Amino acid sequence: MVREAFEHELRALEGEVVALGAAVAEAVRGAISALRTRDAALAERVNRADDDLNRRRFELEEQCLALLATQQPMASDLRVLTAVLHIATDLERMGDHAAGVARLVIRMGDEPLVKPLVDIPRMADLVVSMLDESLSAFVRRDAGAARRAAARDDEVDALHDQVHRELFLLMIQNPSTITQATYLMWASHGLERIADLVTNVCERVVFVVEGVLEDLNQLRG
Amino acid sequence: MSDPGAPPILSTRAFSLWYGSHQALFQVTLDIAARQVTAIIGPSGCGKSTLIRAFNRLNDLIPGVRTSGEVLFRGEEIYGRGVDPVDVRRHIGMVFQKPNPFPKSVFENVAFGLRINGFRGNLAERVERALQQAALWDEVKDDLHRKTGYDLSGGQQQRLCIARALAVAPEVLLMDEPCSALDPIASAKIEDLIRELARSVTVVIVTHNMQQAARVSNWTAFMLLGELVEFGPTREVFTRPTDGRTEAYITGRFG
Repeated sequence: MVREAFEHELRALEGEVVALGAAVAEAVRGAISALRTRDAALAERVNRADDDLNRRRFELEEQCLALLATQQPMASDLRVLTAVLHIATDLERMGDHAAGVARLVIRMGDEPLVKPLVDIPRMADLVVSMLDESLSAFVRRDAGAARRAAARDDEVDALHDQVHRELFLLMIQNPSTITQATYLMWASHGLERIADLVTNVCERVVFVVEGVLEDLNQLRG
Repeated sequence: MSDPGAPPILSTRAFSLWYGSHQALFQVTLDIAARQVTAIIGPSGCGKSTLIRAFNRLNDLIPGVRTSGEVLFRGEEIYGRGVDPVDVRRHIGMVFQKPNPFPKSVFENVAFGLRINGFRGNLAERVERALQQAALWDEVKDDLHRKTGYDLSGGQQQRLCIARALAVAPEVLLMDEPCSALDPIASAKIEDLIRELARSVTVVIVTHNMQQAARVSNWTAFMLLGELVEFGPTREVFTRPTDGRTEAYITGRFG
């Protein structure tokens, strides 16, 4: 095998993408757990950890640029590097949404929940498992798995709609819930956005494997 | 990129070539689009130079060379009976790896092909135009008769050879590793020139430098062991090659 050093650096880069993805998943889990248990200290930690995610995204970007400049990658190597640039950005944005949920928890203080949380934690579980699947599809170069992970965005959207309907009803019945219900809508919206960003990651995986840019959101219409 | 309906200017049909008992090309079938740049890439010994030399019958000069299949220029078989290789080379010019100017003045270097072809028009005008086309005019116009080809830098010598090839107004310009003896700045000038020339001439370039092929060409042919493995738009070949052997070569994971 020629270009062993380059090969090694590419593998290391992929490892860092997966590690960043795991940190993002941890942030999502932490934010939702803080929301459920009203744990402001945990929310604060999740919010602060976002700086670290942002920094790691820039590092990934710089490593990509260095490899592009020094190795003149072609074909699948070129696709992997451009995919990493996109995926790192998508992961960083997911982290922003998780931190956004954490800040809502801090804002809500210790006010009791207007309703028991069922669907929001379910959305979070779904989103985290989609994220895991998308990154494992990236490492295994499995376009089929990426498409299946992206397809689960529909389930997240359906839950999001359901959460909205429920919270609307609650606000109509009892206007004193409006402030907190609005926060919960934002939390649900944040998770829904994270799922959309996961489908972007899935698109990049399909691009790496098959060389085609395909809109996985559009296809399911 | 190119008009798919336009007939190719140069084609091979199941073209094979042997040096004595050694087969160097295997059934190569390929169409070269007019006024486009086609790059031929591949590892040493893959047959890319043999193929480009077949396009203007330069292999004829090597004893023991035998061919089968066809090479067509504007639909006419250039290996056909009664075809004069000198006439073929007037339409299909060649620039070599190492600049090979003559030990004569810059002017005479460019005028050479016109003189031996019995050109009777305005020689000075044709020489100037060829030097303009080769982006050398401004650098040599004051010393046309005083400086010889040898007084020029390597990059200038190569552009002089390009001007010499262009003077007889060929329709196709073949370039066999035209930058391999040049420094990066001189190479970049030749690359710019190639893009410019493709407005009026069809360019076929053999290069070891994949980045160069990616930069200058519209079409890329990848050859391996005398076989044409893949041929397609350069953008496709360098971003999503269809053959695993092309992928291995252009990503540098060969052998």
